[in-house]
Amino acid sequence: MSIRGKAFIAGIYEHPLREIPDRSNSQIHAEVAAGALADAGLSFSDVDAYFCDGSAGFGPLSNADYMGLRLTHIDSTETGGSSYVVHVGHAAEAIAAGKCQVALVTLAGRPRSAAMGGGRGGFGDPTPDALFEGLWGMSGAVTGYALAATRHMHEFGTTSEQMAEVKVAASLHAQHNPNAFLREPFTVEQVLDSPMICSPLHRDDCCVVTDGGGAVVVVSPEVARGLNRTSAKVLGHGEAIKHAENGRLDLTYTGAVVSGPRAFEEAGVSHADIDYVSIYDSFTITVIETLEDLGFCEKGTGGRFVLDGTLVAPNGRLPFNTDGGGLCNNHPANRGGMTKVIEAVRQLRGEAHPAVQVPNCTIALAHGTGGSIGARMGSSTLIMGTEDA
Amino acid sequence: MSSTLPTPVPAVSPGTEEFWAATAEGKLLLRRCDDCGTPIWYPRPFCPACGSLNTSWFEASGRGTVYTFTVVHRSGVPGYRDALPYVVAYVELDEGPRVMTNIVDCEPDQVKVGMPVRVVFQDTGKGSALYRFQPDPSAGGGG
Repeated sequence: MSIRGKAFIAGIYEHPLREIPDRSNSQIHAEVAAGALADAGLSFSDVDAYFCDGSAGFGPLSNADYMGLRLTHIDSTETGGSSYVVHVGHAAEAIAAGKCQVALVTLAGRPRSAAMGGGRGGFGDPTPDALFEGLWGMSGAVTGYALAATRHMHEFGTTSEQMAEVKVAASLHAQHNPNAFLREPFTVEQVLDSPMICSPLHRDDCCVVTDGGGAVVVVSPEVARGLNRTSAKVLGHGEAIKHAENGRLDLTYTGAVVSGPRAFEEAGVSHADIDYVSIYDSFTITVIETLEDLGFCEKGTGGRFVLDGTLVAPNGRLPFNTDGGGLCNNHPANRGGMTKVIEAVRQLRGEAHPAVQVPNCTIALAHGTGGSIGARMGSSTLIMGTEDA
Repeated sequence: MSSTLPTPVPAVSPGTEEFWAATAEGKLLLRRCDDCGTPIWYPRPFCPACGSLNTSWFEASGRGTVYTFTVVHRSGVPGYRDALPYVVAYVELDEGPRVMTNIVDCEPDQVKVGMPVRVVFQDTGKGSALYRFQPDPSAGGGG
């Protein structure tokens, strides 16, 4: 069974705030849910399926209770920041299988205002890998991504200047987004002059830390037809876990090598058909490895690929992250998968900022990465099209 | 620099008691599959290569090369944040696994990918020691 054309993204909402000290996570979940449902022209009573990550409460129970949802289908797959791309794929599968009609996916978190629980979500025993990886001063996600960047530079000659180009492209987009956390355009020199955090990654190679959230509503073709709002058609989806391979890990590639081809195959499209990409951008190296793994360039050439404005909308060869991405706009709850889907839908609706709207955008790809490319990760690729794609 | 790195006490879970006890005696143990022979990392009484539950300990050489590393200049980790800059690395053991660790007894800017290293043990005072790695002048080449 394929999900191609069996489900549509009818509603999206990105929380406009980047610092939210005075509201609970559940309240933010409810606010973004309301926003996405209003965008679709639907209400909470229409929702029969709910998707969230493992940090949202007691699985999906807490938020279903908080929002008063009456559900026949639930899923709280947790793959870190890629979870929400996974959720859209799973929602499309459930709709295609007749399990539900209106699926709500939400994300919320407040890492800027409230201390995070170390990423383990308070689930009791530390994970078995953490017993051997939690001893060496790994300081947040950046240390693991720096380990990957060092190896990529060693094997392929990738440079800090090339990685900085990714930040520059994101910032050129963020200057048009009034809600972006960082709105000033960056130069390569600025990125290289920013403080070194974990070599070779500078502060400005890193995404922003923001409170907030987002939501999407995925519906059946029958529901989509009855709505006034333009939907994005789900065309294909792939997901994968790339782990530490019994200690034989190779940090020069990501799980996108598995999730990407599966999404392309299901969607029945080629790379040349892709008008816009949302690429997970926790760090600049994340984008370079992912572009290679998705097949937009040969392995090892990602650094050169991003030069000369390749990623800059609207006229670059492969416009990316036109909201400013996690690098400049928003990385709510330290998880960027939700905003990747949202901006792709904006592009397909023709509702991105006019300065960065890709002309005649009919096919878009959103890719999420969760966990760490320095150890183990969840990867998910989603390909969407306009309603008539 | 590296000599001031903290020695956090490892949490010992079922199946890893012998590993940590051996570190206090200056031995780096690896788990190996009794059926397919593959060395296993991180240590677990299960072989992720073939699915076997038949595994046993053996002593590793303690030698390897730097697979990749990062010099940490900003850290929020208690103890470590007072020891900046320090080096986090994956060391590829001669037995095959790539093991997360610190490189010590070496200026951070002297660490290179491919550099030969050997294990040193830094006692936690709680019946275990951290396996860190230092440059290995007895090994030739590298790079």
